[in-house]
Amino acid sequence: MQISFTLNGRATTVDVDPATLVSDLLREQLNLTGTHVGCDTSQCGACVVHLDGVPVKSCTLLAPALDGATLLTIEGLGATAGSNGLHPMQEAFREHHGLQCGFCTPGMVMTATALAAANPTPTEAEVRHGLEGNICRCTGYQNIVIAVMAGAAAMHATSAGE
Amino acid sequence: MRAFAYHQPSEISDAVTLLTSVEDSKVLGGGMTLIPTIKQRLAAPTAVVDLAKVPALKGISDDGETVTIGAMTPHAVVAASPIVQARIPALAQLASEIGDPAVRNRGTLGGSVANNDPSADYPAAVLGLGATIITSAREIAADQFFLGLFETALQPGEIITAIRFPVPLAAGYAKFKAPASRYALVGVFVAKLAGGVRVAVTGAGPGVFRVAAMEQALNGSFEPTSIASIKIDAAGLASDIHAEADYRAHLVTVMAKRAVAAASR
Repeated sequence: MQISFTLNGRATTVDVDPATLVSDLLREQLNLTGTHVGCDTSQCGACVVHLDGVPVKSCTLLAPALDGATLLTIEGLGATAGSNGLHPMQEAFREHHGLQCGFCTPGMVMTATALAAANPTPTEAEVRHGLEGNICRCTGYQNIVIAVMAGAAAMHATSAGE
Repeated sequence: MRAFAYHQPSEISDAVTLLTSVEDSKVLGGGMTLIPTIKQRLAAPTAVVDLAKVPALKGISDDGETVTIGAMTPHAVVAASPIVQARIPALAQLASEIGDPAVRNRGTLGGSVANNDPSADYPAAVLGLGATIITSAREIAADQFFLGLFETALQPGEIITAIRFPVPLAAGYAKFKAPASRYALVGVFVAKLAGGVRVAVTGAGPGVFRVAAMEQALNGSFEPTSIASIKIDAAGLASDIHAEADYRAHLVTVMAKRAVAAASR
């Protein structure tokens, strides 16, 4: 079937078998390999993308759900000026060492940007509750939580300055 | 993934026709159980009937005595709904604690209740509030709906369209969650209604169930202390790597007390 959607700001039309997962469509057909598949059992959150503005697991989403929708992947996160091309949340993960191997990071960042958009000043407890669907096997989460809180502050400082 | 035919009807009647005419067809709500099940090859439907584009299955309404929630309403929408927060705050709180944010953005009320996972949260609220399950064919009282492990009164091809919840005088939900999945190891929903108190337990056994002894005690005095000495028989409760049956039985009383305390706040 043919589906049309907005992918990272661009109108996109693809021919896809309806029994295709969005994670597979992104990685195999559209060459957007920033979205990772860590577990394939819907538990790890490495594949999180934003569907119409809210975080969802792309490995547990059928491609037809994209038809008419807006999809944002890690590749589409907007950078701010003078930030090495990084979004403020990515910059916060770099600055606060919120990763070790980096495999879970795309999903962490996508969940975190949605969390920070909805809640500009999350508490540590709110960040930990918000990250329950994202598993990291390296860090022990401490620096991820610090990064998300710093990233949330940076996102809103940036938007306030615009 | 194994191939299947895909249908996206816009009318409930068309969805029912597809489900009854195509052998081994499955209804797709938010997909939070069906899609992982297909991926793990535990299900192999020949056709998937996606309800995402059926407008009649969405929306939340309040008629004063009841709140009706469309079957395809995601958990995140229930959790954030001003109507649900104002009228049945315990239900909004329950929805806000299901799974994780990504699951709450896709998973639906109807899907959770139709699946009747023994550890799911919503069945406790549906049974605890004495809700009515509205389907494509009829209305079913919660007491007649849940039949045990993944089993409900739904007939083949019958689709949940909405659930009508009575607005309680007070209600509370407390769950002891499995830390990895956030499914209820034990969850207890307590509701004080015009017709009396109802206590529903999820996670502990092969399906959601009521606890008559606690309901009687709470009808006498709606206080956590009234049920503190009421113990649940561990026989028939679930035992697994997360908890033995006797621990689950213990947790039922603990969670029930917390639910009463939450309802009294």
